[in-house]
Amino acid sequence: MKIRGLLLLALLLNACAAPDRIVLLPDDHGRVGKLNVGNAGGDTLLDSAYATASASGGRKAEAGRTDPQAVNQEFGTVLAALPPAPYSNMLYFKNDTDDLTDESRDYARNELKQKIAGFPAPEIVLIGHTDTVGGDEFNDRLSLERAKVVKQLLIGLGFDAAHISVAGRGKRELLVPTADGVAEPRNRRVEVLVR
Amino acid sequence: MKAMLFGVLCAALLSAAAGADEVAGVFKVVKGGVSLQRQGASLPAAVGMPVYQSDLVITAADGSAGITFEDNSLLSLGPSSRLSLDRFNFNSTTHAGAFETTLSSGKLAVVSGKIAHQQLDAMKVRTPSSILGVRGTKFLVEVGAR
Repeated sequence: MKIRGLLLLALLLNACAAPDRIVLLPDDHGRVGKLNVGNAGGDTLLDSAYATASASGGRKAEAGRTDPQAVNQEFGTVLAALPPAPYSNMLYFKNDTDDLTDESRDYARNELKQKIAGFPAPEIVLIGHTDTVGGDEFNDRLSLERAKVVKQLLIGLGFDAAHISVAGRGKRELLVPTADGVAEPRNRRVEVLVR
Repeated sequence: MKAMLFGVLCAALLSAAAGADEVAGVFKVVKGGVSLQRQGASLPAAVGMPVYQSDLVITAADGSAGITFEDNSLLSLGPSSRLSLDRFNFNSTTHAGAFETTLSSGKLAVVSGKIAHQQLDAMKVRTPSSILGVRGTKFLVEVGAR
């Protein structure tokens, strides 16, 4: 009897509790994804901007809708705490070397430096690539050398070596698909990923 | 047979340990009171501090926090919130992985990353009432007052 009473109390409390709320938002590019809200009562799919679901006590979530003003009022603090979106770009190299092109060197020293400085506790990933001239072993080494050259440049600009990682992918991941043995400037690159 | 089973068990334990050792994300925003519970200890959070699978993030009434994860997922917590990082693993080459969290109180904002993009339902958020299967990209969750 006692246990039954407790169960009843728990059910009542659960029914009185405010429901969990879920809001689907457009991302920074205006795209809207999908979200399935599931529990013992069933599934509710959210697939449009500002669609909402309210769920409590194992009952199927109720679909609804909100608007940007209400979202800012209710969720302004948590939205303001989102970290900056990760940034990525390419640096290009002169033929058969680990020398950056003049444009890429300028870009790295100015715009890229400022961009990275805007990140709290920045982490930087550098992935080197080559075009298809030369063998795999040569290109694996050259692609890694290119990433290391960019790492040294960024260290020289004041960024922490401990938070810069490098990798070389040789000629496996071409930006512009070509036959083997083709000199293609756009494939001679280092991807810079900052988060 | 026994030896084989033992081998499988050891391999499973080792891979579980390896997963727990890897950095899952890094604090990028810390405002007001924010702490972490890790293996029974409570640590104050700071910008640049790594988070791992099994950590519990707690914000005070004046606190909020933002974390960027290895797969580029962005999560933030509002005041008086509790989020446990139940599971995080990510292969940076194939982008396969799993990302599961539980919000037991407060408010959460999510911008999903490569794990959710690569695989349907690889990212999940649990609340007291429901399980959210994430198919991208930006959403908010509030756990009702109890």
